[in-house]
Amino acid sequence: MASDGGVSCLRSSEMPNVGIGGMELPPLDEVHVLAVDDSLVDRIVIERLLRITSCKVTAVDSGWRALELLGLDNEKASVELQRLKVDMIITDYCMPGMTGYELLKKIKESSSFRQVPVVIMSSENVLTRIDRCLEEGAEDFLLKPVKLADVKRLRNCLTGDVKLSNGNKRKLPEDSVTVNASLPPPPALTTLSTDSSDSSSPPLSPVEVFSSPLSSREDDDDVLTSSPEGSPTPEESPVRRQKMGSPGLD
Amino acid sequence: MDSLAAQLQMQYRNYILSLYQQGFLDDQFTELKSLQDDGSPDFVAEVLSLFFDDCVKLVGNMARALDQTGTVDFSQVGASVHQLKDSSSSVGAKRVKGLCITFKELCEAKNYEGCVRCLQQVDIEYKTLKAKLLDMFMFEKQIVQAGGIIPQVDIN
Repeated sequence: MASDGGVSCLRSSEMPNVGIGGMELPPLDEVHVLAVDDSLVDRIVIERLLRITSCKVTAVDSGWRALELLGLDNEKASVELQRLKVDMIITDYCMPGMTGYELLKKIKESSSFRQVPVVIMSSENVLTRIDRCLEEGAEDFLLKPVKLADVKRLRNCLTGDVKLSNGNKRKLPEDSVTVNASLPPPPALTTLSTDSSDSSSPPLSPVEVFSSPLSSREDDDDVLTSSPEGSPTPEESPVRRQKMGSPGLD
Repeated sequence: MDSLAAQLQMQYRNYILSLYQQGFLDDQFTELKSLQDDGSPDFVAEVLSLFFDDCVKLVGNMARALDQTGTVDFSQVGASVHQLKDSSSSVGAKRVKGLCITFKELCEAKNYEGCVRCLQQVDIEYKTLKAKLLDMFMFEKQIVQAGGIIPQVDIN
């Protein structure tokens, strides 16, 4: 887990919707994601998912550590150049000490990082929880276990492909994985246009041969063709996974 | 054609299928396997290894929390159960996850006897899964040694 304390003068967090020129933004393969999860297993998995989608990843085990890296912990001098540059933060909701929600709030309260999209992950599909997070400015809410398709979708949003077909994207069945179908798409998602100069999909990494062709268009169903989706278990939310009713081996 | 490799491949396929059919694994395990490639050939083994470390640690926590003479702090037990539920969910350990869901309800109901029984089941279950997966990895090794490649099993 390389910790990239890298400096980038290119990213201007204070400027929303930058993307027309695309010159201020990092190239595609330098999207840097900060992942926060107290579970080591989950950190390894999310890191792998992000790496497969060509992101650089820094994974930490607590909200406090995340704030420290971002220079928001009030204890260290917030020197502009020493702050970690991140393009997205993805955090677990249930964590001891500081929850993902609390971390989200702190990030949204900061002037330097409030524009950074924050995605919440949770194993529990609790509507009030989802609502609260989205209201606080979360970009998206992913239900655990997180799948490659979920991360790819996030990744596509970061590259601005969302502008091409964002309306349709939100209505795709697979989106029920992340947000309850009855919720309207978070408005923030549609304004998140980063690198609009890139209209092509990220380069395929070897493992993506396993999945259906990566498409950033509206038929973005990069569901792993070799892995059938199991039918939702009764304990889990029935909202989840309404696609691909392949007969599971339950 | 090396018939030993072919035989092993067939046995391997059947073995994997049986693990799914018997409910040991679910589609999240398939997902994990798909994240492995030549560049990260040990990804699944690495994640599973961490998972089983987690099991040992968390089961230990639960046992200690339930062993309090006096009042048992069920929320403490529940916290460990929640973590195990998450981990097992992330690796596709279906039976372990199912047990954790039951276990969580028992904690919420502060059902001491039920919790103790459930903990024993969790302990047995993760160890059983571990043995099964070790067999799976051994199969893979044998296939490679016999000159074959590890088949991708379509669990449809």
